[in-house]
Amino acid sequence: MSNSTYLCLRAVFLVCFIHLLIQGLSADANVVQSPRNRLEPNLTGLPIVTFEWHHVQTPYLVIIWIFVAALAKLSVIELNHHVTSVIPESGMLIIVGFILGGMVWGADKAQTFKLLPTTFFFYLLPQIILDASYFMPNKLFFSNLGAILIYAIFGTCWNAATVGLSLWGCYEAGAMGNLDIGLLQFLLFGSLISAVDPVAVIAVFEEVHVNEVLFILVFGESLLNDGVTVVLYNVFDAFVALGGPRIDATEIFKGIFSFVVVAFGGSFLGVVFAILLSLLTRCTKHIQIIEAGFVFVMGYLAYLTAEMLSLSAILSITFCGVCCQKYVNSNMDEKSVTTVRHAMKVLANGSETMIFLFLGITAIDTEIWVWNTGFILLTLLFMFIYRIIGVFLFTWMLNKFRLVPIEVIDQVVMSYGGLRGAVAYGLAAMLDKEKIPEKNLMISTTLIVVYFTVIIQGITMKPLVQWLKVKRAAHSDLKLVEKVNNRAFDHILAAVEDICGRIGDNWWTRGWNRFEEKYICRILMKPKVRKNKDYLFNIFHKLNLEDAMNYVSEGERQGSLAFIRSDEAANIDFKKQYDSEFADVMPDIMGDMSNYEFGIENVSITSIVKDTIPSISRDIHGQDRKNAVDDINAHHLLQQHLYRSRKHHRHKYSRSHFGINQSEYEVQEIFQRTMRSRLESFKSAKMGVNPAKKITKHHKKDLTHQMSNGHPEGKDHLYGDEAGIENPAFMPDMESPTHSPPWLMETEMDMAVAPSQRAQRRLPWTPNRMRRLAPMRISTCSTDSFLMADVSLTLEEHEEQPQGDNEEM
Amino acid sequence: MGASQSGRVPEFQDLADKTGFSIEQMKNLHNRFMYLTQDEDTLRREHLENMTDLALNPIRRQIIEAFFDTRNMGEKEKGCLQEIGFEEFVTVLAFFKPPKPHIAEEERKTIKKEKLRFLFNMHDTDNDGVITLDEYKRVVEELLSSTETIGAETAKAISDAAMLEVASETVGRMGPDEFYEGITFEQFMQILKDIEIETKMSVHFWNLETMHCGK
Repeated sequence: MSNSTYLCLRAVFLVCFIHLLIQGLSADANVVQSPRNRLEPNLTGLPIVTFEWHHVQTPYLVIIWIFVAALAKLSVIELNHHVTSVIPESGMLIIVGFILGGMVWGADKAQTFKLLPTTFFFYLLPQIILDASYFMPNKLFFSNLGAILIYAIFGTCWNAATVGLSLWGCYEAGAMGNLDIGLLQFLLFGSLISAVDPVAVIAVFEEVHVNEVLFILVFGESLLNDGVTVVLYNVFDAFVALGGPRIDATEIFKGIFSFVVVAFGGSFLGVVFAILLSLLTRCTKHIQIIEAGFVFVMGYLAYLTAEMLSLSAILSITFCGVCCQKYVNSNMDEKSVTTVRHAMKVLANGSETMIFLFLGITAIDTEIWVWNTGFILLTLLFMFIYRIIGVFLFTWMLNKFRLVPIEVIDQVVMSYGGLRGAVAYGLAAMLDKEKIPEKNLMISTTLIVVYFTVIIQGITMKPLVQWLKVKRAAHSDLKLVEKVNNRAFDHILAAVEDICGRIGDNWWTRGWNRFEEKYICRILMKPKVRKNKDYLFNIFHKLNLEDAMNYVSEGERQGSLAFIRSDEAANIDFKKQYDSEFADVMPDIMGDMSNYEFGIENVSITSIVKDTIPSISRDIHGQDRKNAVDDINAHHLLQQHLYRSRKHHRHKYSRSHFGINQSEYEVQEIFQRTMRSRLESFKSAKMGVNPAKKITKHHKKDLTHQMSNGHPEGKDHLYGDEAGIENPAFMPDMESPTHSPPWLMETEMDMAVAPSQRAQRRLPWTPNRMRRLAPMRISTCSTDSFLMADVSLTLEEHEEQPQGDNEEM
Repeated sequence: MGASQSGRVPEFQDLADKTGFSIEQMKNLHNRFMYLTQDEDTLRREHLENMTDLALNPIRRQIIEAFFDTRNMGEKEKGCLQEIGFEEFVTVLAFFKPPKPHIAEEERKTIKKEKLRFLFNMHDTDNDGVITLDEYKRVVEELLSSTETIGAETAKAISDAAMLEVASETVGRMGPDEFYEGITFEQFMQILKDIEIETKMSVHFWNLETMHCGK
């Protein structure tokens, strides 16, 4: 038995123990909570310590349950490695919920902890939807929006109608025995069971990694069908209340009209809140510490406001997230963006865990279970069949209009992926027992359906996807070449459409982009940010930043940041002399450094450099501000050494040909001065040869140094060497979590090489020397060839290396 | 135009067979061609440059060039035609036809190769078979030129990085004296093999309403 099994066993024991504790404590949970008088009426002496369970009961229980849920997730994750890569996490959580429910039931003989609809809809669901929409790949979403809407609207209506009618037909035919149900109630049941659930879809598909179009279709459908579900549910609920006879054409027409109002109203409300949120973040320059909170607050407000106006709350929060992500991410400080991302993931994961756990717990309750074989089995059967039929039908229609048709295999997965989940259960639990006498039957059926889809379909989804050879998501990041080409495609296609005189999709996209750039961004984005929001430019910016940070932190690690810390005089000299030169050479962003306007660059660099200073102040940014003076010097130094333009170099990728730039002699002074001092420290720092696979990183890394030396060209380290590690700079939609920075994986080898270039610029080199280097450069020769040539300091590195070899051997 | 049009139908048939368009689409394209050239027989660069919509496109120069590039007409040599006829017009547009949904793997590969070849030719302006840094840089600059603030630095940096990427992926290790010329077509194909170019680089040609058919 291994470590993780012990761990999960321990977790399970802990969970059980806490559970029993709760049982004990909440034995009198049903007692009315007493008011806050702490003292008993008949007091005999001074109580030193009292046990005030009722005082803290509600929040305590809530927190304990959250804790239990987290532990459950921990134990499930630990288990997952060994036994259950087969069962999806959500399924495991439901099973754990069964166990926990059993324990509560055993203690209480009644299910005291249930998943109440209000808890679910108000406290657990919104953050999941907000998380989903905030990270939604917008371009993919909107380009497939037509298909998504067709599935969401017509697909859901089709499912609801057919399932309801078929069940009614079977009931009339007597397959279900005696029930107190009418047609309207069947339709109501059909509408609540037909909704594909976003929580379940995320939970299952997340582990399967199908191709992005398929995923966005299923996922988008699950989000947008809420509009239809809410309408259908409310309409049929009202019809049931009205009773059969009173339903005439007017009512039906009102029902259809209400769909329009609810769906579009909800979406519109979401957009309004997105605009408010973007405007807010535009103005929060001075309270960056809490601007992350605005996202959550506004999102939740959007949800609740829509709920208050009986519009579709899920649609509202979806569109709020979808529309605001771009502006909010640009306006907010980088740290806030990171905060939002992480916090959202925590909340969403936590909610999801709790939902599935409670779905399991709720099952262990004899009160709600009504078993009617016919009803349940027929529901499952019809749900399945009509989903398949619906998907194929609508896809057939859609494929006539789509540029890229949806393949049959994808359709199969889409129909199999119509998972029902907690939303259906929540809606069922909200049914009124008076109006619908068979409420318990419906709840039971819903629960069985949910378990079936989440557990059984979840288990079989992965093998099915593999067996059908569905196209999987691309695992690698897009290479830079691909990204540039993608960008080029948009323009090419737009141009071809222009030439053909056709208003096509690209025309709309282009038109919208232009409109957005001219008007919307002007209002919603900070002015400074607007300039720099071009996508490729952002890549450039991020790469610059990383180079700078690498450079500084590497230097710090090596202890050779002396040149930054000391010698103010030198800085000032340079600044005076080369100020103008730097100014026009600097890209815009670096130029900003002089104004201490919370440029992103400022905070990042200083935070890295001053990283080790602990701070209990909650105002992290304030700390950084205090270090402004030092920063100025650091920045100017970086300016001089890192971002020196390479505009004078000829561009030839060759190791054997290079040209030394004539006009560079004027700055050699600077380099020599500083590098001489660094050379000393490097001679000692030259370490042994690192293992082969690290060399890739090194050389690419030290090429970065070379690059950072004058011009941030060294993008190599970002994609070549970190196989399998996410590359945040190339994530188009900024979805990646921060990964451990590349420089943390480097070893001393890097610094040993990098500065030497600068130091020994004038050493003559011979082909011999270069050949000697060849064995060292096992996998990075190609990269070397560019940057070497491009940097006129090619030689130095080669120079240093042989000496390094000498000293080791 | 009725009489002359009926005479063209057999021509259309040949062209349609060659390029894969339908007769309907050929007719529409022909109308469009006539509109663009203002009823002349051949299309010149000025005709395309005068289109206002195209003026806002950052890489219009290269796209226009592509229409006049003999390499896209099936010839090996790069030449710059001054004017093209309808046949060449359609040939170039055929590169953007979406592939039929059920085609064999082989055919799909050929289509992919053709489209990649088209792209490659767009980049490789001097037709030496490689995309050198300068050529790539020019493309990147133009792509970025729509935003005012992008300077030459950025374009250079990005194109450097892209070239680096291509080289590191395709060539692997190089000897110390090797000279990396640029991206060859094979490397280009290798790099971009993951992009589904046959579907990405397509435009709808059905329902091609010529909006400005002002006859």
